[in-house]
Amino acid sequence: MNLERVLQKKKHRKIEYSFYLMVLPAMVLVAIYSYGPLVGWTMAFQQYDITQGLFGSPYVGWDNFVYLFTKYPGFWRVIGNTLTISVAKMVVNFFVPIIVALLLNEVTVRRYKKSLQTVMYLPHFISWVVISGLMIDILSPTDGVVNVIIKALGGQSIYFLGTPAIFPAVMVISDAWKGFGFSTILYMAALTGIDPQLYEAATIDGASRWKRCWHITVPGIVPIMVLSGILSLGSLFNAGFDQIFNLYNPAVYSTGDVLDTFTYRIGFKNWQYDIATAVGIVKSCVSLVMISASYFIAYKLADYRIF
Amino acid sequence: MIKKSPGERTFDVFNYFILTILALSCVLPFIHLLAVSFSSSAAATQGRVGLWPTDFALNSYIYAFQRPDFVRSFGITIERVVLGLAVNMLLVIITAYPLSKSKGVFAGRTPIAWFFVITMFVSGGLVPTYMIVAGTGLKNTIWSLILPGAVPVFYLVILLNFFRQIPKELEESALIDGAGQFRILWQIFVPLSIPALATLTIYTIVGHWNEWFNGLIYMDDARNYPLQTYLQNIITTPDFSLYDPLQLELMRKISNKTFRAAQIMIVTVPVLATYPFLQKYFISGMTLGSLKG
Repeated sequence: MNLERVLQKKKHRKIEYSFYLMVLPAMVLVAIYSYGPLVGWTMAFQQYDITQGLFGSPYVGWDNFVYLFTKYPGFWRVIGNTLTISVAKMVVNFFVPIIVALLLNEVTVRRYKKSLQTVMYLPHFISWVVISGLMIDILSPTDGVVNVIIKALGGQSIYFLGTPAIFPAVMVISDAWKGFGFSTILYMAALTGIDPQLYEAATIDGASRWKRCWHITVPGIVPIMVLSGILSLGSLFNAGFDQIFNLYNPAVYSTGDVLDTFTYRIGFKNWQYDIATAVGIVKSCVSLVMISASYFIAYKLADYRIF
Repeated sequence: MIKKSPGERTFDVFNYFILTILALSCVLPFIHLLAVSFSSSAAATQGRVGLWPTDFALNSYIYAFQRPDFVRSFGITIERVVLGLAVNMLLVIITAYPLSKSKGVFAGRTPIAWFFVITMFVSGGLVPTYMIVAGTGLKNTIWSLILPGAVPVFYLVILLNFFRQIPKELEESALIDGAGQFRILWQIFVPLSIPALATLTIYTIVGHWNEWFNGLIYMDDARNYPLQTYLQNIITTPDFSLYDPLQLELMRKISNKTFRAAQIMIVTVPVLATYPFLQKYFISGMTLGSLKG
């Protein structure tokens, strides 16, 4: 390599020294704010006392975990809710963008296609705080637009955000609504890579539109489908904190309370730092396994690399 | 062009219909809220507002901008976006550069890259992170909104991969001319990476603009909340002890509907207004991050 030789002449050491200097500030910050919290994991093995601190609190071994798994009210229900919501989101968020991308691909008026896409990307960039405000307004049982329509059609008004049976579905649908447009970007990018000659040849051979879609378009996006499907597995324990925290209320805890909101309340409402940390560790470990596995599979199947 | 069969034409109609409905669902809620924010409160609470203001009124906006806490939060968000952008971009650039070198050039590259990437896999969790932030004295300062996320590792990886595609010859000639590494970075790599940097800049700005949770946990005084946290505070239920859904609903009603809508709009408009111009960067960024290699 030519570069290597040049570098050797130019005192390689000195160059490496400046490289270390460049990465140092970020390393220090990451060490403190990303690795530092791992030291705090010891809290989960203590009967943590804020006045005693990390080094003075008594060590209790796995007691907090045992307590969490066997006695803590609502823990298993929360695990169940988290899995239900996150798996439902994974499935819906996997299929909806694919279907929309395939439908968009059939739109022949290019301008219109572009405008549709532009509009569909929009909700992705709006915070859940704002979207929640919007949803609370629109779904209000008394004067929300949705219920005004339901009532006008002769139905009963539905309290979407206060009914345990409906709440998870509202979360899944609104999450899909917020993200589907943006998720189509990847598929649309893959679709533009398909050789138009394939379509022309197929048309001349008399392939119907449906056949062209199934035999040309779909195979063109399969690699991206596989990749995004696999990588989404990493979020198994992420039911969507920002969304649920801003929309849930005690009336729907039975179905809507998830690990992250649960941790928040244990930590910052009940001030049980030790238990909250234990829940965090459980979540972190499961996530680590899921993310590592998903990246590994993606690497094996699709040759996906992080860097 | 081959003529379309009746079946295909039916499909076309159906397809345009579905997609149009979907697209409308993405904008109509915002238009509705905009209409509410410009309506009289009476019309809004009676549910008489559709997509156009009823009894046009500007009160809500005037009221919002007269509220010192709202204006103050606005200022905090601006400060946070500017400061956060500077810190994030600077760190991402100077860290991505050495890590984009081959192992032969920068021996520490692989372990250091993993040092960063591992943090995408494992997180310390809510409470331990909170304690570190509090322990390092950041609570109630603007830095609590910036330093814990000072190194966005995902962006770092994106830029690292982008830097790698820059031809090595440019760097070699600069080296021969006696340029130092910092100069090569700023005068060769940065100018050649403008598309990637623009994308990351936009993501960072939107990210800081939209972030609300750090404000909630790290600021004890609501007067120090950034805008989204301030908004979160007025939108979500103020009282967790209310278990009756109807009572909850009532609580939500009390805060003036049009006023709330106006505040939501003020927070959203900057993103909406810049959105069409930035769209091409959003998209290039999305494909940048995922379709590489």
